[in-house]
Amino acid sequence: MTKVTMTVNGKTVSGDVEGRTLLASFLRDDQGLTGTHIGCDTSQCGACVVHVDGVAVKSCTMLAAEADGATVDTIEGQANADGSLNVIQQAFQDHHGLQCGFCTPGMVMSAAALLKENPKPSEQEVREYLEGNICRCTGYHNIVKAIMAASGQDVTAIAAE
Amino acid sequence: MPKDTGIGAATVRREDVRFLTGTGEYTDDITLAKQTYAVFARSTVAHGTIKSIDTSAAEAMPGVLAVFTGEDFADVGGNPAGWLINSRDGEPMKEPKRPVLAHGKVRHVGDAYAAVIAETVQQARDAVEAIEVDIEELDAIVDMNAALSGSNFVHDEIGTNQCFDWGWIEDNREATDNAIKNAHHVTTLELVNNRLVPNAMEPRASIGSYKASTGEYTLHTTSQNPHLTRLLISAFVLGIPENMLTVIAPDVGGGFGSKIYHYGEEALVLAAAKRLNRPVKWTADRTESFLTDAHGRDHVTKIELALDKDGKFLAFRTDTKANVGAYLSNFSTATPTFLHGTLMAGNYTVPLVYVNVKAVFTNTAPVDAYRGAGRPEATYSIERVIDKAARELGMDPIELRRKNFVKPNQYPFASAAGLEYDAGNYDALMDKMEEVADVAGFAARRAESEKNGKLRGFGVNAYIEACGIAPSNLVGVLGSRVGLYDAATVRVNATGNLSVMVGAHSHGQGHETAFPQVVAEMLGIDPAVIDIVHGDTSKIPFGMGTYGSRSLAVCGSAVVRATEKIINKAKKIAGHMLEASEHDITLADGVFSVAGTDKSVTFGEVALKAYIPHEYPLEDIEPGLEETAFYDPANFTYPSGAYACEVEVDPETGKVTVDRMTAVDDFGNVINPMIVTGQVQGGLAQGIGQALLENTSYDENGQLLSASYMDYTMPRADDLPMFAVDHSQGTPCTHNPLGVKGCGEAGAIGSPPTVVNAVIDALQSGGKNVTHIDMPVSPARVWEAMQ
Repeated sequence: MTKVTMTVNGKTVSGDVEGRTLLASFLRDDQGLTGTHIGCDTSQCGACVVHVDGVAVKSCTMLAAEADGATVDTIEGQANADGSLNVIQQAFQDHHGLQCGFCTPGMVMSAAALLKENPKPSEQEVREYLEGNICRCTGYHNIVKAIMAASGQDVTAIAAE
Repeated sequence: MPKDTGIGAATVRREDVRFLTGTGEYTDDITLAKQTYAVFARSTVAHGTIKSIDTSAAEAMPGVLAVFTGEDFADVGGNPAGWLINSRDGEPMKEPKRPVLAHGKVRHVGDAYAAVIAETVQQARDAVEAIEVDIEELDAIVDMNAALSGSNFVHDEIGTNQCFDWGWIEDNREATDNAIKNAHHVTTLELVNNRLVPNAMEPRASIGSYKASTGEYTLHTTSQNPHLTRLLISAFVLGIPENMLTVIAPDVGGGFGSKIYHYGEEALVLAAAKRLNRPVKWTADRTESFLTDAHGRDHVTKIELALDKDGKFLAFRTDTKANVGAYLSNFSTATPTFLHGTLMAGNYTVPLVYVNVKAVFTNTAPVDAYRGAGRPEATYSIERVIDKAARELGMDPIELRRKNFVKPNQYPFASAAGLEYDAGNYDALMDKMEEVADVAGFAARRAESEKNGKLRGFGVNAYIEACGIAPSNLVGVLGSRVGLYDAATVRVNATGNLSVMVGAHSHGQGHETAFPQVVAEMLGIDPAVIDIVHGDTSKIPFGMGTYGSRSLAVCGSAVVRATEKIINKAKKIAGHMLEASEHDITLADGVFSVAGTDKSVTFGEVALKAYIPHEYPLEDIEPGLEETAFYDPANFTYPSGAYACEVEVDPETGKVTVDRMTAVDDFGNVINPMIVTGQVQGGLAQGIGQALLENTSYDENGQLLSASYMDYTMPRADDLPMFAVDHSQGTPCTHNPLGVKGCGEAGAIGSPPTVVNAVIDALQSGGKNVTHIDMPVSPARVWEAMQ
C-alpha cells in the first residue's frame, strides 16, 4: 500500500492505496465522491473526467499514486460557493443537456476544460472536443447547445428549441 | 394557474440539480455496511460442455468468502419468458431453462458459470482467475440458417434451434400470396436489421442484502421496472415471498430496454447475501455489458410489396428470421412478433399483410427489446421497400406514400395487420416535414454539394408505432403472461404538499418534472409542492415500469385517475367545511368554492382538514387524503411521424455525413415539450448510430469482436448534426385521459430507413445503380457498393 495525499475540491485528503488503484476508484471508494462515474474500461466514455492540476483527465486512466501531491477537481466541487449551479451546470439544466445524468459529470468537467482553453468555441469545435465523452441519451444536440450558451453565445437560432 | 408550469410548459427538470452536482445516487454509488463484492467467471467459448469446475484454489484465496457455481442453483427456477408465442401449427414455442448460473453447458461467450464473493472487488477478481474449469468446446452456432438446418443444438433437450415459426395474420396468408402472384408490380428487398448493443452509459449493477432477523431481502438494482424484477425473482427464480423482497432501482443511468429484464446476477447477489448474511454488490464492467446485456434487433428479412398500376399498395409479405440468442430473455419472444408483425401495415391502407417470423437460438447473447423493439424492424422493412418501389416505378417517394396513407376521415382504422389506429394525420405530418426540412431547397443544396465533389441524397420516411404498452386484455389474448397496466398513489400530506408514488421508473425521461406538471394542472397548485416517488417496491403501490413509451400514456393516466379521486374526496371535505353539497363545489386555481357564492377554502385548508377530522361526518368521509388508481389502457397509442434526412457521400472514401435530420412527430398532446424534444433527439442519435455506425459482430466461433468502445462504434458528438424536431401536428390519443401517445422510441424507429434511403438517393444521383446497402452503412460498404 502507498500513502497518497492530494487536494480534492480544495481540501487536503490522503489515503492508503494499492499500486493498481485508479484515481477514479480512489475518488469514488476512498473519498466517497461518487459523482465521478465509471462507464467503460477502455478510457473511451469520459464519464470519469476530472481536472488534475487544471487539466481534464480521464480518472480511470490514471493511477491514484500518480496524483500524489496534485490538485484534483471533481464534479462535486463545481457549484458556486453558495451552492447554486455554476454557469455551465446552469446552462445544462436550461437547455436540457442531460437525461439519465450518468455521463453528465464528465460532460460538465470536459466543458469546463474546453471553455478554459477556448472561451467561444464554434459548434464544430465543441463537437470535436467532446469526442472523448459518450452520451447515449441526448444525441448531443442539447449538450452542444448548453456549452455554447455557457460561453455566452446566442443559441436561439439552433433548431429544435 | 400560470401556463408556464402546468401541462404544456417547457419546465426545466428538477432532477437535473443532483445529476449536475454529482449527488445522484446510482446503484454502484451505494455502499452498504459490511458490503462484499461479487465477480463472475464467464465462459470464453461460445458453446461448450462443462466437464468440471474446481473452486478449491479460489476459495483459499485472500478475502474470498464464497464461490458459487451452477450446481448451487440446480434446484431453483429459471428466468422465464414473459410472452408465449405459438407456432403456425399451434405448437407452443420452445422454452429452455435459463439458469442463474450456467449448468451443464455454456451457451455464449460471457455466460457466467461461477461467481466469487470476496471482501474486496480486487480479491474477487483475482480469485476468479484461480477457478479451474474444464469446458469441452463444441462447434458454435452463430449463423441462423446453419442453426435451422444443422443437428448441433444450443439446447440439446429441445432438439431444435427453432424457438417458433409464427405467422401473422395466418388467415391472410393465401390471399396475400395470391395478391403478390397477380400484382401489376412486386418490389422485393432482402435486408438485415443489424444487431445492436443498447449501451446505457451506466453498466448494470446490483446489491443484494438480507436481514436474518426478519428474513427480508432487499435488492438495489439497475432496473427499468423494479416490480417486475421482484415478481420474476419471487414467482419464478428464487421463490422468495414477494412481501419479503424489496427491489429498489435508485437513479438509473439509462436503459433503452436492456434494464427491463431480470438477469441472473440479481438472483446471485440475493442468494449470496443470504448465505453470507452480508450485502453483496456486483457491478458490470463495460465488456461484461457488451457480452451479457440483452442485445437488440438482429433480423434477417425478405419483404415483398405488391402494387397496382396506379401505385396503390396491395400487399406486404415478410419473411423474417429473428435471432433470440442463447436463452429467452423476458420479452424476447414478443419483440419480433407482436411488436413487429402487427406494425407491418405501416401508415397505409394496404389490405393484406402476412408476416412469417422464425425465431432462432444461437450461441450469442440473448436478444430482446431495444429502444423501439420490433417497430424499428417493421418500419425499416416497410419504408425501405416502399422507397425501392418508388424508384422502380419512377414515382416520387413522398407521393407514393401519400397515395397510400390512411386519411384523417378513416379513423378508427382497422389496419391489415390487426391493430386499430385511433387517431392520426399522416399528410399533415408530411406537409410539416416538407416545410421544416426545406424540401424545396434540396436541389440547390445538392448542386452545391456536387460542386464540392460530394453526392447529396434526400431520404424520407413515414412511420407509425404502437406504444403505451399495453392493453392487458389484448396482450393476454396474444400470449402475454403479464398485465401491462400501471399504478399510482397520490398522497396529499396534512401540510398540503403531495407525494405521488408511480409505478413508472425514470432513468432519463424526466418523470420527476413531468408528472407534477399533470397533477399541478389538475389541482391548480404549484408543482413545486409535488414530489414523485418511484423505483422502490416498498413505497409504491405496484407498477409495470418504463419501456415501450408507456410512462405517461399508462402510468400518467393512473396519476390522472388517482388525482381525480383526490379531487372528488377533497370536494366532499370542502363541502363539509363550507356547509354545502359536494356537488356544488368547484375547483379552480387551487381553491374550492361553492358555486354562485363567495364561500371558498383553499386546497391547503382542505388537506389539513383531511387529517384533523374534527366535527367530521365520519359515516360519509374517512379521514386522510390519499388515493390509488390502477390504469389499464383500452388500446395501444399510435405515434406517427414523417422524417427527412439529407446526407453527403464522399465518393472517394464512401464516408456518409448526415447533414440535415428532420423529425416531425405526432405524439398527441405534449406535457413538457422540452423533454419530448430531448427524447426525440436521443432516439435520432441511436437510429443514425444503427444506420451508419453500430454493429455487433460475432465471428464464426461466436466470439464477440465488438465488445468494447474501441470496437463498437458509438455515435459521438462529431458524428451527428443538430436536429430539427417538430411536434406541432399532434392528434390527441382518443382513449387516455391526457390524449398523449408516447415519445421515447419514435426517433429510433423513424430514423434508420430515412438515413439509408438518403444514402441510396445520393448514390443513385451519382449514377450508381445501388438499390440497397445493409446497415451500418459504413464507408467500406458504400465504397464497395459504388465499385
